[in-house]
Amino acid sequence: MLRKICVLLMALSWLLPAVAAIEEVNFNDAQQLQRYKALIAELRCPMCLNANLAGSDAPIAADLRAEIHKQILAGKSDAQILEFLTARYGEFILYKPPLHWATSLLWFTPPLLLLLGFFVLRRMLAASRQQAAEPEQLSKHEQEQLQRLLQQDQQG
Amino acid sequence: MSNRAKLFIPAAFFAVMLGLLLYGLFHDPSKVPSALISRPMPVFTRPNLFKDSATVSNEQLKGGIFLVNVWATWCPPCHAEHPYLVEISEREKDVTFVGINYKDDAQAARDFLQERGNPFKISLSDLDGTLGIDLGVAGAPETFLIDAAGTIRYKHIGAIDNRVWEEKFVPLLAQLR
Repeated sequence: MLRKICVLLMALSWLLPAVAAIEEVNFNDAQQLQRYKALIAELRCPMCLNANLAGSDAPIAADLRAEIHKQILAGKSDAQILEFLTARYGEFILYKPPLHWATSLLWFTPPLLLLLGFFVLRRMLAASRQQAAEPEQLSKHEQEQLQRLLQQDQQG
Repeated sequence: MSNRAKLFIPAAFFAVMLGLLLYGLFHDPSKVPSALISRPMPVFTRPNLFKDSATVSNEQLKGGIFLVNVWATWCPPCHAEHPYLVEISEREKDVTFVGINYKDDAQAARDFLQERGNPFKISLSDLDGTLGIDLGVAGAPETFLIDAAGTIRYKHIGAIDNRVWEEKFVPLLAQLR
């Protein structure tokens, strides 16, 4: 029984990170809380490569959450807060990078590849439809060859 | 396009992908370029680590070459780089070493420096880490090189050892002198 409980607890242990980073944050209204949640969800923790501020236990993530909290209470707009953070941590901190020449490849490659995929698919479908529509025709030379073979067969 | 040329499309695609993957393999994603390079040192005033009544401000970090090290006693790589920092601070007389004690216990920091040697001419304490945020610090240790005009010229993430010093700092210092 105890063994089963242990196994069950271990099986559930992957849930633990999900309860990381819970702090008490107080705001004046629900809209501020909403903005806070949206910001910490779309900003990247500068230390952990692939976690947002909301989901990171790194000390710097906690500090930045506190900073965002402070700035929202101070009446700063989302744009001002993002500017504050990118001036210090660079665009690395944005999970949604702004569009400029250095990020154009990042933004345009996926839709271009999708278009290319559609194009190739259409050509393949058209080719196979054409093949199905007109059954294979023998060329004149092939017809003659066939006739000759058939005649040889009858004679032999 | 001839059919023959078309045959090379997958090969070209493969070559491009291979190039990108090779680049990714030898590129350390944890080394984030600093947004503060060639920007002035942020404006700040923080308590002097050794004298609670005194403060250190960015105005004191002007008119020479400054090496600003962000460190803490709770940070193992800081312990690792400490003897080397002491060594180069004794060697590079024209560089002023500044220690920002980052989110640390001031007494523990003072004891640490007294016990193991103090490479810093100026020591300040950034108790709440807000100066760290202004400097774009993600964690300790990080080291900045400031030129005579008070402009940040380089930032190194992680501990400094002989290799890092010779490869990154020495060429830049030669430029700044």
